[in-house]
Amino acid sequence: MESAGYSQQGGSQLAMPTALKILIAGGFGVGKTTMIGSVSEVPPLETEEYMTQASVGVDDLAQIPEKTTTTVAMDFGRITLDTEHVLYLFGTPGQERFWFMWDDLAAGALGAVVLTDPRRLADSFASVDFFEQRQIPFAIGINCFYGRRECTAEEVNAALNLRNPAPVVMCDVRERESSKRVLLALLESAKTVAIG
Amino acid sequence: MGVGRKKSSWFDEESGYLVRPYAISGGRTSPEGSDFALITLVVAMPASRTLDRRREQPELTAILDLTQERPLAIVEIAARLDLPASVVKVLCGDLLDKSMIAVKKPSHEASAPSVELLERVINGIRRL
Ligand SMILES: Nc1nc2c(ncn2[C@@H]2O[C@H](COP(=O)(O)OP(=O)(O)O)[C@@H](O)[C@H]2O)c(=O)[nH]1
Ligand SMILES: [Mg+2]
Repeated sequence: MESAGYSQQGGSQLAMPTALKILIAGGFGVGKTTMIGSVSEVPPLETEEYMTQASVGVDDLAQIPEKTTTTVAMDFGRITLDTEHVLYLFGTPGQERFWFMWDDLAAGALGAVVLTDPRRLADSFASVDFFEQRQIPFAIGINCFYGRRECTAEEVNAALNLRNPAPVVMCDVRERESSKRVLLALLESAKTVAIG
Repeated sequence: MGVGRKKSSWFDEESGYLVRPYAISGGRTSPEGSDFALITLVVAMPASRTLDRRREQPELTAILDLTQERPLAIVEIAARLDLPASVVKVLCGDLLDKSMIAVKKPSHEASAPSVELLERVINGIRRL
């Protein structure tokens, strides 16, 4: 089935924009929703999706016996980039164990931000593994909750044992400018990859 | 609860509220290789204005109402109608079959974006 843009039938001459997405990953309470809200043109919306057992790994199945369907919640925001592009930011679902299996979320993402609380760095290991394996560009945002810099970019790179160093940006995602800096670091890094 | 208690193959004992969304799509969730992604954009076709709404499922006309003015992504429709995205994908498939909507898939390019595309995204974010 061909479905490219507004079809001309019925007279609409407008071209539809192209949708893009960036994922915001990280442990519970690390500031994902806050970051989305700080840059989105609409308040973050939430939606749910089914996850069936078929898509869950064997190890996970053992932990949710007799359950055929579960739901994962995700939130998202929207940024109109220009007349032809609209960007969606997706906060990964609350049940961190599940969203890794959720291909639709990761497929075709421009990249990801892994938000991290420096006191709970280990919470981000799983996200980092996931993006490294799929070769999805990512940046690490260190959410400095108490306004202190509790670690340096070098320490974070070392602790995460990254294959290729990722940009590490200290941030306060309640501030739009700060969230923008994290997104821009990700995109500049993706650009370096694209240049090759 | 009442009606919702009716036993059916897709009833989930623990989270009974699953019943309603499944029922809306006739028990269907989006098939493998669905044409719809979470960020596939949907817009109502002008022809949908002349649709006899009394004959249509309320959820279908709700999607047409939401997308009359501007395109919305599958997830935005899902959030506004409080339905799971997979159910919205099925409903949009029905609307597409009836030529009531036009859709735009996300960029093929996105998983290996060009420098040009990335620069457009960078510029858009800088302007925020
Ligand atoms: N001090 C500080 N608090 C933050 C920051 N980001 C988020 N918060 C607070 O942390 C809490 C959890 O944030 P939330 O965005 O809901 O986390 P999520 O679970 O990752 O979506 C909220 O009360 C936020 O106001 C930050 O950068 N600095
Ligand atoms: Mg949240």
